[in-house]
Amino acid sequence: MSKERTHILVVDDEEIVRESLSGWLAKDGYTLATAHDGPTALEALKRERWSILLVDLKMPGMDGLQVLEEAKKVQPDVAVVIMTAYATVETAVEAMKSGAYDYLVKPFDPEELSLMMVKIVAQQQLVRENVLLRKVLKRDYHFRDMVSKNPGMHKMFDLARSAARSHSTILVLGESGTGKELLARAIHAESPRHEAPFVAVSCAALTESLLESELFGHEKGSFTGAVARRKGRFESAHGGTLFLDEIGDITPKLQLDLLRVLEERKFFRVGGSDAVDVDVRIIAATNRDLGKAAADGQFREDLYYRLNVIPILLPPLRDRREDIPLLVDHFLEHLSVETDRKIEGVSADAIALLMRHDWPGNVRELRNVLERGMVIAKSSLIQPEDLGLVASGVRTEPFDTGLTLDEVERRHITAVLQHAGGNVTQAARTLAIDRVTLYNKIKKYGLRRGEDETFEAS
Amino acid sequence: MAIDVHLWWIGADAADDRLMDAIRDWITRVFRVQARVYRHADRPTHAFDPRRGQHSSTTILKWLVGREQPGDRTLAVTDADLFIPVLTFVYGEAQLGGRAAVVSTARLTVEQGTRHDPALVTDRVVKECVHELGHTYGLLHCDTPGCVMTRSVNLLEVDAKRVALCEPCDARFQELRHKDGHHEQGTHAHPRR
Repeated sequence: MSKERTHILVVDDEEIVRESLSGWLAKDGYTLATAHDGPTALEALKRERWSILLVDLKMPGMDGLQVLEEAKKVQPDVAVVIMTAYATVETAVEAMKSGAYDYLVKPFDPEELSLMMVKIVAQQQLVRENVLLRKVLKRDYHFRDMVSKNPGMHKMFDLARSAARSHSTILVLGESGTGKELLARAIHAESPRHEAPFVAVSCAALTESLLESELFGHEKGSFTGAVARRKGRFESAHGGTLFLDEIGDITPKLQLDLLRVLEERKFFRVGGSDAVDVDVRIIAATNRDLGKAAADGQFREDLYYRLNVIPILLPPLRDRREDIPLLVDHFLEHLSVETDRKIEGVSADAIALLMRHDWPGNVRELRNVLERGMVIAKSSLIQPEDLGLVASGVRTEPFDTGLTLDEVERRHITAVLQHAGGNVTQAARTLAIDRVTLYNKIKKYGLRRGEDETFEAS
Repeated sequence: MAIDVHLWWIGADAADDRLMDAIRDWITRVFRVQARVYRHADRPTHAFDPRRGQHSSTTILKWLVGREQPGDRTLAVTDADLFIPVLTFVYGEAQLGGRAAVVSTARLTVEQGTRHDPALVTDRVVKECVHELGHTYGLLHCDTPGCVMTRSVNLLEVDAKRVALCEPCDARFQELRHKDGHHEQGTHAHPRR
């Protein structure tokens, strides 16, 4: 934080003290103000935020300790330094007990004052960062921050919430960048296991032998370089959740090992002969069609069924475009905290471009594009050229030019209704027409409500 | 040519001409301004505080401002130990963006346990003079290691500085001078000590 954002209020009844102290600190670049008594200081505290208060102990009327007490009520995080001409143990103890950051005996050594200011500013900066990071962490890993107004997504959230409360294995399916790990973390955060560790492993990133050692650990001397016993991810996640990303990429040997752990709830470290009991909830994820891989013999069918207890499908972003403005707001809010840049939003043209883009990298790509936009943007609004989206990213599939206008409309309404999960109000909103008009068109094109509340072409 | 800075020895002892000349030369080189040593017998004796046995730097600044000065700025140098009311001592004080500054040699000459080194003392006094004069041009304290505008509250910190503005401080100085209606007459390499 820049020094000018550190606001210091000097409270002393002696003008010469107020002037000399504020003058000395102003040369460090801090923003200074003075108050000649306690009530004036409290007024200033009610008006604006202060980082540091330097308060004289002995003042007529309201003394320094009373100012300290009242200041802490108004702004609990303000650092109050008590200045006193006579140092007694009693006053020092009383000041510290009342929540003073420290006290200084007048006249004080310039080095002491300088160091104290630097320490307070550094500490306040750490506290602020800590609060922001906690906020970011907490927000990322809860369902309430996985934003969507898509009915299909809401059904998925309901399923994930119910699944979170159980101990069953969950298989998260979805294209790369759809937020599979985020969902897994949210499930863990809302599960009874949330106080135990969440451990994530990317199965595609390691070779078979490394992944085996990574998952199950190894005994000392089990292979060259195994100089000590090492715990694996299964043991690290004991009592919690193990997230196995890209599960579709593991080799047949590891598929068999994993099947055994899932069946027996115990495993052997590499090179070990003692079985290790483990209580771990597995959430696996893949962007591959695991059912097809099992049918084709590329993935063990028995393991597939073990993993596929509760399958959850995360749709690609192009299938829930109505979420893009919502996600844009969400990411800009997060990014402004992370990058410490104030951006008001995205221009209408830029939103239109974002809505047209096909998002092969899904939500992750959207986040990255916005991060780039925030960095590049020259004004407080992100413009289309700030996003760096190339024309090839824009959906370009040709229309079937042999169709009549009615047929195009019929097909589009059918698709929107299906996408909205059969919700006519939602579909009408997406189509920007009123519900009566939509019902008339449903009647006109002979679209009927299916058993699962979706609309189908007759 | 108009004189930008007047240097004035206001100490009790006789002026050290070599010290004053060194200050003048470095100020000229760092700030690219005209500086001249000014001689006058007046002394701010009223700035002495018998209770503290020190001179009030703030009182001296007020005294300097109250006098008709021939140049833009006056930098006074004294051998009196200076203080401001809340601090035990100061090496110097300046009006931020103002016309007057004062620097004391008292604590820059004392170094317990080491022999007296006149070159080192001159070096320290020059740095503090350039520093305080920098404040009169509106420069604030700087965090760049070695920059003459870094805050120094002990001799180790004074010795760690060079008699030069870092690049951002120099750019800021030029910007402030430009706003003040002064224009650069050519560039000079920064002297390094």
